Amino acid sequence: MRDLPPVFQEWFARRGWALHPHQSEMLARAESPCQLLIAPTGGGKTLAGFLPTLAELGQNPAPGLHTLYISPLKALAADIKRNLRTPVEEMGLAIRIEDRTGDTPQTRRKRQRADPPHILLTTPESLALLLSYEDCARTFAGLQRVVVDEIHALAESKRGDQLMLCLSRLQALCPGLRRVGLSATVEDPSAIATYLARNPDPCDILQADPGPEPDIAMLHTEEAPPWAGGGAAHAIPAVLEQIKAHRTTLIFHNTRAQAELFFHNLWLANAEGLPIGIHHGSLAREQRAKVEAAMVRGDLRAIVCTGSLDLGIDWGDVDLVIQIGAPKNVKRLVQRIGRANHRYNAPSKALLVPANRFEVVECLAALEAVKARDLDGEPRGPGPRDVLCQHILIRACAGPFSAEDLYDEVRSVGAFRDLSRAAFDACLDYCATGGYALRRYDQWQRLMQQPDGTWRLRDPRSAARIRMNIGTIQDTDRLKVRLRGRRGGKPLGEVEEAFAATLTPGDTFLIGGEIVRYEGLREMVVEVTRRADRKPKIATFMGTKFATSTQLTHRMLALLNAPDWPQLPAHTADWLALQREVSRMPRADRLLCESFPHQGRAHFCVYGFAGRNAMQTLGLLLTQRMEQEGLAPLGFVATDYATLIWGLDPVEDPAPLFTADGLRDGLETWLAGNAVMKRTFRASAIIAGLIERNSTGARKSGRQTAFSSDILYDTLRKYDPDHLLLQITREEALRGLVDFGRIEEMLARIRGRIDHLRCPHVTPLAAPLLLEVGKVPVKGAAEERLLREAEEALLAEAGIG
Amino acid sequence: MNAHAFTFAGHDLQALACGALFWPEQELLCVSDLHLGKSGRIARRAGLLVPPYETLDTLARLDAALAETRARTVVCLGDSFDDLAAAGGLSEEESLWIARLQAGRRWIWIEGNHDPGPVDVGGQHRESLSLGGIVFRHIADETASGEISGHYHPKARIALRGRSLARPCFLVSAQRIILPAFGTYTGGLDCRDAAFAPLLKPPVFAVLTGTRATPFKLKQPTKTTPLR
Repeated sequence: MRDLPPVFQEWFARRGWALHPHQSEMLARAESPCQLLIAPTGGGKTLAGFLPTLAELGQNPAPGLHTLYISPLKALAADIKRNLRTPVEEMGLAIRIEDRTGDTPQTRRKRQRADPPHILLTTPESLALLLSYEDCARTFAGLQRVVVDEIHALAESKRGDQLMLCLSRLQALCPGLRRVGLSATVEDPSAIATYLARNPDPCDILQADPGPEPDIAMLHTEEAPPWAGGGAAHAIPAVLEQIKAHRTTLIFHNTRAQAELFFHNLWLANAEGLPIGIHHGSLAREQRAKVEAAMVRGDLRAIVCTGSLDLGIDWGDVDLVIQIGAPKNVKRLVQRIGRANHRYNAPSKALLVPANRFEVVECLAALEAVKARDLDGEPRGPGPRDVLCQHILIRACAGPFSAEDLYDEVRSVGAFRDLSRAAFDACLDYCATGGYALRRYDQWQRLMQQPDGTWRLRDPRSAARIRMNIGTIQDTDRLKVRLRGRRGGKPLGEVEEAFAATLTPGDTFLIGGEIVRYEGLREMVVEVTRRADRKPKIATFMGTKFATSTQLTHRMLALLNAPDWPQLPAHTADWLALQREVSRMPRADRLLCESFPHQGRAHFCVYGFAGRNAMQTLGLLLTQRMEQEGLAPLGFVATDYATLIWGLDPVEDPAPLFTADGLRDGLETWLAGNAVMKRTFRASAIIAGLIERNSTGARKSGRQTAFSSDILYDTLRKYDPDHLLLQITREEALRGLVDFGRIEEMLARIRGRIDHLRCPHVTPLAAPLLLEVGKVPVKGAAEERLLREAEEALLAEAGIG
Repeated sequence: MNAHAFTFAGHDLQALACGALFWPEQELLCVSDLHLGKSGRIARRAGLLVPPYETLDTLARLDAALAETRARTVVCLGDSFDDLAAAGGLSEEESLWIARLQAGRRWIWIEGNHDPGPVDVGGQHRESLSLGGIVFRHIADETASGEISGHYHPKARIALRGRSLARPCFLVSAQRIILPAFGTYTGGLDCRDAAFAPLLKPPVFAVLTGTRATPFKLKQPTKTTPLR
C-alpha cells in the first residue's frame, strides 16, 4: 500500500485527523486505470479522489495539467477549489489549482488553454468547449487523471453522455489517462462502473462503509393533509417547531413553485423572525450567492430549497432535513437525507411531509424502501444520438478527423458500445448535409470530406457558432425577471416563458419569496414591481415535476393491498378502507378502472400507477381513442397514480382502449400534433445543432418573430418522416416527458386484466383527482367547437356575421 | 371554400382560411410574405441546415388556393423571396412549379424589404399596384387609405374558456388590410403589438386563419408587448 507522503502525514497529524479506510484505499489504488468510489454523503469522497493527485504532485510538481476534475455544478467546482487550496497552501506545496466554468473571465480562460494549471476544476460543458479548440492536444498534454464527481447524478442525464464522449476524446489524446468516478450510494454500482470505464475495459469498484442507519420518520401534523395539491401549508406550524428545535434545517421541495409558496407561507407564520432563506435554480445568481454565504457563515436556521442543493456542496452544520411532498424517488431521498449531519459517523435525521393523502401512502412506501436500502433506478438505454451529433460537430471544430477513428472512440463509451456503423454514419451525414431525403445542401454542407477521406468544417467560421451552442441543458425557454428601474432594476430570477405568456399587467406572483406585480415585458425581460400583498394572485409558476419511480409505485401498490394499515395515520387509513368498501384497491397485476357520473359528465378513472409523465401521456392517448369512438372526451387530469378523464358519454368497455398496438399506433399519430412532442423535438434539435439556442430565444419586440421549431417539426413530419431527428424524437418519447416506456411496463404487468367498476358516484381514490390542478383540455374537434361557439357569441355581440 | 366575406373600400373581398385574400370581382388572389428559399438563406448565412421543404410546401398551398378560387390574377405582396439570391437558388422542380402556376395568369410580384429588386422569375415586378381604388404594397403607409399590405406577419392570440390559441391572422380596419404571412417558415407578430397602433384605427377585426377563417373584433391595441 502506498503511504501518504510525510508532509501530508504531518499536516493530518497536526489537525488530529485520520484518513477513512476508503480514503487510504483510494491512495493504494492510485495506479488503477479506472476506479469507482461509492461512499455516502459526508464520507469525504472528494478528498479520497484527490489524494493520489496531491501525493503525486507533492513529490513531482512538473508543469502541465495533471488532473482534471469534473463536477455537475459550477458552485461545486468553486467550493472544491477553496477546500483544496487551504491544505495545499498550508503544506507549502507548489500546486496550481484553478477552476474554469462559464463564469470564468475570458482572459483567464484563454491563458488556461496555453498554460494549464496542475489541477483544473470544471464542468462537462466547459470541458466540451475546451475540446473544440484546435490547440486542445497541447492543453491536455501530459494529463494523468480525470476525476468525475457526483457521477451518479451525471449518469442520469445527457450531460453525462456528453461528458463520457468527451472522456473518449481525452483518452485518445492521452492514452495513459486514469479515470476516477465518485458516486453517492446507488442501486447498481456495476452500471455506473460500465458507464465510467473505457469500454470494454474493466473498472474497479470500492464501496465505503455506508454508515449508520438514518433516523427518518413522517412528520406528525395537527391538521390532516389535504386531498390534493402540493403546497403542504397544513404542515407550516409543525415545520416551524422543528426549525426551532434544531440548529440548521434544510427543507427540500420537488418544484421551485412549491418552494416559493412554502417559503412565503413559512415567512408569514414566522412570528419570531427566525432567519430563513430560499435557494433554487430560478433565482438570480446574486440572490443565490447571498443565501449560500449566509449559510456558510451559519447565519441561517433554515433554507427552503430544491434540487439546486441536491449535490455535494458542504453547507456545514445541517442537523435536520425535511422533505416536503412525496420524495418520488428513493435514491434522491437517501442522498437528500445524507445532507443532514454531514459527518460520516453520525446518523442523519430526516422528516417526510406528505402534501396530500396519496402522498401519505407514498411517503410510507419510501420510508420502508429506505429502511430496506432498496434504491430505485431506471435503466437509461443506449446513448442518445442528438448528443452524438453535437459531439461530431465539436470534433470537427478541433480540426479534420477520420470517421473510422471517431467511430472507434465513440464506441469506447459504455452507453454507445452497441452503436452500429450505420447509425453513426447517419449522424455524420446529418452533421454534414442535414441528412434530408431531398439533397438540397450540396453547396452549403456543414462538413466536407477532403480528398484524403477526413472530414472538416466547410466554413471554419462556423466553429464559433457551434461553440456558442455547446451543452445539453435545456434552459432556452426561461425569461429573466427584474424589478422595473431606470437602467434595468435588480434581477430577481427567471420564470418559464410559458408562464410569462399567461401574465397580464397587474397580475401578482411569487419569486424569491416576495410578491411582485407583472408590469410588462421589455426586450425579453419580465419587468415587475414590489407589492405588499399577503396573497399572490397567481400562486405558482410551472416547474419540472419528477415522476414517482417504478420501484416506489410498486411498493405503494403492495401497501394498498395490505389487509389493514396500522402504520398509516387514521385519516388516510379510513380513506383507503372506504375505497375498499365502495370500489376496489388498485393492484400491480391488474388495471382498475372506475366509471361514475359527476356534475352531469361521465368520468373514467384509470389507476395505472406509472408515474406522472406516463399517466399524462396515457390520458392523451386514451382521450384520442375515445374521441375516435365518439365518446366526446372533454378533458383529463393526471397524477403519478391515476388519470381521470371526463366527457359526454361513458366508457362501456375499456378493454379495446388498452391494447398495446392501439396505444402504440396512437402514440405515432399523436406525435403529429402534441406540444410535449414538439418540446422534445425542440430540445433534441438544439442539442443536435439543427437550430441555435440563442437564435430561438432572441425575439425582440416590434419585429415579426422568428418562426418556431414547431413549424420545422410539422414540416419534417410531412416531407421527411424518417429523418434522423424524428427518429431521435421518437426514441426520446420512450423516456422523459412522454415516458411511453412506463406505459409499456404497465401493460406488461396487467397483461390485459382490466377491472371496470361502475360506481354511482365519485369514489374515495378518485375524489382527490377532481381537485388536482393542471387539467388538460382535449384538443381537436373540441377546440373547433369551442371556437365556433365563441365566434357566434362574438359576432352577435359585434353585430356582424 | 372556407372564407370570411367582408366589404372593404366598396369592394366585396374574402379572407380565406389558408391566409390568402380573394377578390372575386377581379378574380384576384393576393398572398403576402411567401419567403421562398428561406432554408437556403439560413444555410448560406448561419450554416444551419433546416429542413429544405418550405418552398415546396408554400407552393403546394398556393397551388391549392389557386385551384379553389380559379383566380386569373395573382398579387404577391412582397417578401416573396427570402432574399434576391434565394430567387436564383430555386431548384428546377420549384422553378417549374412556379412557371406552371403562372401559366395563363397575370402575375405581379410586389417588392418587399427582403426582395427589393426584380428577380429572374416570370411575371411583372412592381413597387406597388393600384386597382379599383385599392393600392397593394408591401409595408403599410400610415397616411394611405384603401390599402392592402403585408410585412408584419400579424398573429392573434385569443382566450377560449381558459385556453389560449395563437394563429396567423388578417387585420382589417376601414383604411387597410394587413395580410398574414403565407410562407411556411414564417413567425408572427402579436396583433396587439405597439407597431400596429398607428396603422389601425378602431374598429379592427382580426380574421384568424387555420381550418376556418374566424373573425374577431379586436380590442384597442395596447402599448405593452405581449409574448408571441
